Amino acid sequence: MEISVKPLKHVDIVSVNGRVDSATAPEFDNALKGLLERGRKKIVLDFTGLDYISSAGLRAMLSALKTAKNGGGNVVLVKINDRIRDTLTLVGFQTLFLQFEDLVEAVDSF
Amino acid sequence: MTSTRQLVVPAQHDQLARLASFVGAAAIEVGFGDAQVNRIELAVDEACSNIIDHAYRGAPGVIRLTVEIESQRQLTIILVDQGTPFDPDRVPAYAPCTSLDEVKIGGLGIHLMRQAMDDVCFEFNVPGIGNRLTMIKHL
Repeated sequence: MEISVKPLKHVDIVSVNGRVDSATAPEFDNALKGLLERGRKKIVLDFTGLDYISSAGLRAMLSALKTAKNGGGNVVLVKINDRIRDTLTLVGFQTLFLQFEDLVEAVDSF
Repeated sequence: MTSTRQLVVPAQHDQLARLASFVGAAAIEVGFGDAQVNRIELAVDEACSNIIDHAYRGAPGVIRLTVEIESQRQLTIILVDQGTPFDPDRVPAYAPCTSLDEVKIGGLGIHLMRQAMDDVCFEFNVPGIGNRLTMIKHL
């Protein structure tokens, strides 16, 4: 898994590539927590390069969403492939996270 | 005709990708499409994460993964460990819901396993074997 964070003026774009499982989820979780602890509460998760996510990664997403929303921010998703979409549907997350096909649209949603 | 294959790995998180890839190849061989292959990999990933975190609790151990491939019919996955029995019924059931306030994170892994597979059967302290989890998915 590889993570990169691109800070814009008010929004951070977190790009996640590869696999998020129990081995790699702590790094994903720390990246999200790091932003939120610095008051960066508007997060776009760019899943263009995400191949796979397990419950460990889903927990990190949910925890970040709760913290962000409690602080008046949000976590939105962009460019989810069919595999990830199916996983999100299995756990009911498709109704909790706003999803976009276009990065600009996702950033503009804040 | 049934073809059987086995993979034995240390109970470590860095083996999860290898386990998923092994079972994914078996699922493709049975004839499953991409979405179902992903679900099967998820079920094995969640089951093995539970073995590592709850059965062995970080102590050294081994996970024995056996796949039984029945082409165009079904995939049987058997996971064996010698850790402390982990009773999934003691984990609160995960209930997907539409409100963020109501979502409880516990039980997500077990929920995914049961959603992904047609049959999930836990057996604990089987003499001469250990803990055995059998998961079946029909094509």
